[in-house]
Amino acid sequence: MNSYSSKLLENAVNELAKLPGIGRKTALRLALHLLKEDIEQVEAFSRAITKMRNEVRFCQECHNISDLDICEICSNLKRKKSIICVVEDIRDVMAIENTGQYHGVYHILGGVISPMDGIGPADINIITLENKVAKQEVEEIILALPTTIEGDTTNFYLFKKLKNYNINISIIARGVAIGDELEYTDEITLGRSILNRMPYEHSLKK
Amino acid sequence: MYLKRLTLNNFKNCTEADLSFSEKINCFIGNNGTGKTNILDAIYYLSFCKSYFNQIDNQNIKHETSFFAIHGYYVKNSKQQDTISCTLQRNQKKQFRLHKKLYHRLADHIGLFPLVMVSPYDRDLINEGSELRRKYIDSVISQFDKVYLDDLINYNKALSHRNALLKYFAVNRTFDKASLEIWDEQLVNLGQGIFEKRHKFIKSFTPIFQEYFNFISDGKEQVAIKYESQLKGNDLKSLLAQAIGKDRMFGHTTVGIHKDDLLFSIGGYPLKKFGSQGQQKSFVISVKLAQFEYTKNIKGFKPVLLFDDIFDKLDEIRVKQIVKLVSENSFGQVFITDTQKERIDKIFLSLNIDHKIFSVDDGEVK
Repeated sequence: MNSYSSKLLENAVNELAKLPGIGRKTALRLALHLLKEDIEQVEAFSRAITKMRNEVRFCQECHNISDLDICEICSNLKRKKSIICVVEDIRDVMAIENTGQYHGVYHILGGVISPMDGIGPADINIITLENKVAKQEVEEIILALPTTIEGDTTNFYLFKKLKNYNINISIIARGVAIGDELEYTDEITLGRSILNRMPYEHSLKK
Repeated sequence: MYLKRLTLNNFKNCTEADLSFSEKINCFIGNNGTGKTNILDAIYYLSFCKSYFNQIDNQNIKHETSFFAIHGYYVKNSKQQDTISCTLQRNQKKQFRLHKKLYHRLADHIGLFPLVMVSPYDRDLINEGSELRRKYIDSVISQFDKVYLDDLINYNKALSHRNALLKYFAVNRTFDKASLEIWDEQLVNLGQGIFEKRHKFIKSFTPIFQEYFNFISDGKEQVAIKYESQLKGNDLKSLLAQAIGKDRMFGHTTVGIHKDDLLFSIGGYPLKKFGSQGQQKSFVISVKLAQFEYTKNIKGFKPVLLFDDIFDKLDEIRVKQIVKLVSENSFGQVFITDTQKERIDKIFLSLNIDHKIFSVDDGEVK
């Protein structure tokens, strides 16, 4: 066990080491770095974190992280409310937003169904999605969950829940990455791409 | 494809060796514990990136030394020569290279230099539980069918999720049909495909196997491999529906392809109970030879064949049949270990085949 010359330092290291990807050595390095900084600087740092934790809200519509009760995407009038893209977490929203190709709104599940981790349908935001579909004028649901067996099963659960409503349910395409040589594509992806091929006309840019 | 030259450093009990091999048959002769099998294991390493016997790489380094190195020079279709090397420093990650280029994923290498190993441990296939037999056919099928492997991995994941859910229900005394059904659906979709592929594989594998067995045993015995699965004549969906009461009681899934088995029989009776040691040995050798032919047909060239101590427990007629068989043109390079020089000499005296004999003594090979 390491022995620290200061109990205060040890506490700080213990807290930092709880963060994901941070071991005890890195935690010590970070703590020592903070000690070297100006006191105002460090206060600003800890204020920012406390403020974030206290004041961040989750959008009441889509569960995205937001400063207001309704997030920027959901309150944007240019966004089509009738198309909802279902994703696992906020990182996926950021990824899709970066494409600039999507003009609908999102619904963040906050996880996928995974009984081994103790996550059932009731532990993720499925009920609010169903309510939304029941109330609102929804035309299409786009499923954009991870391509793992857990993501796949969640897709299937959502499909079963939502298929009786009069909406389109679609899933994002899976296939060869753009700019990739076919030769280097893994067999599973390439095999899927062949099975799920599409008419050439559809591949032309609209 | 054949292995032209092999060099070893500090691998198991071998300090140093530099061996050039015959394109056909190579024999290693020596007493117990001299290191015959270690040479076969080194060749196995070059194909599968690991030992056949000991999964802990560090324990394959010679005692009191700090590293081992295996280099192999293979010749594929007369012109091309491939150099494979595997080196391991004690307590570090093993380095695997093809043409001096380091592999990032060992899985990329497996399958490029096909090899079939026949060893006394193969008898476990008969005597151990069904899991080992499933593992065996899975390993053979997935060498050529990556989709099969992917489906199998996903099936096992879905199965673990479903079992976790059943346990959760049992502990908390609850039940939610909708949550369970979605996992049923995954098991059905994946399981049905796996069942069909296993069925098809056994169907094409069995005749090859029977032919080899007949040859070795001189056609005296009737043998069969039967694929047994709950999915035969039933669909998994209704099986799962029927078994739900039982599943809830046990807290795990009681039906599916994870319960499949292979039944080995001789003269219509189970081989495990009614086969002699010699018969059992002939049986597993035939399975391995059929695997050889199956691999050859798909890859388009002959894998290397390793025979570890195969003459033990077999009568002279069978031994001769096997050697005759593997020296034919349909087989490529073969490596054999044995303890008795006279036996090997006698066999090769009556068969006119290109062969090389190495004598092994205390880790030294001549």
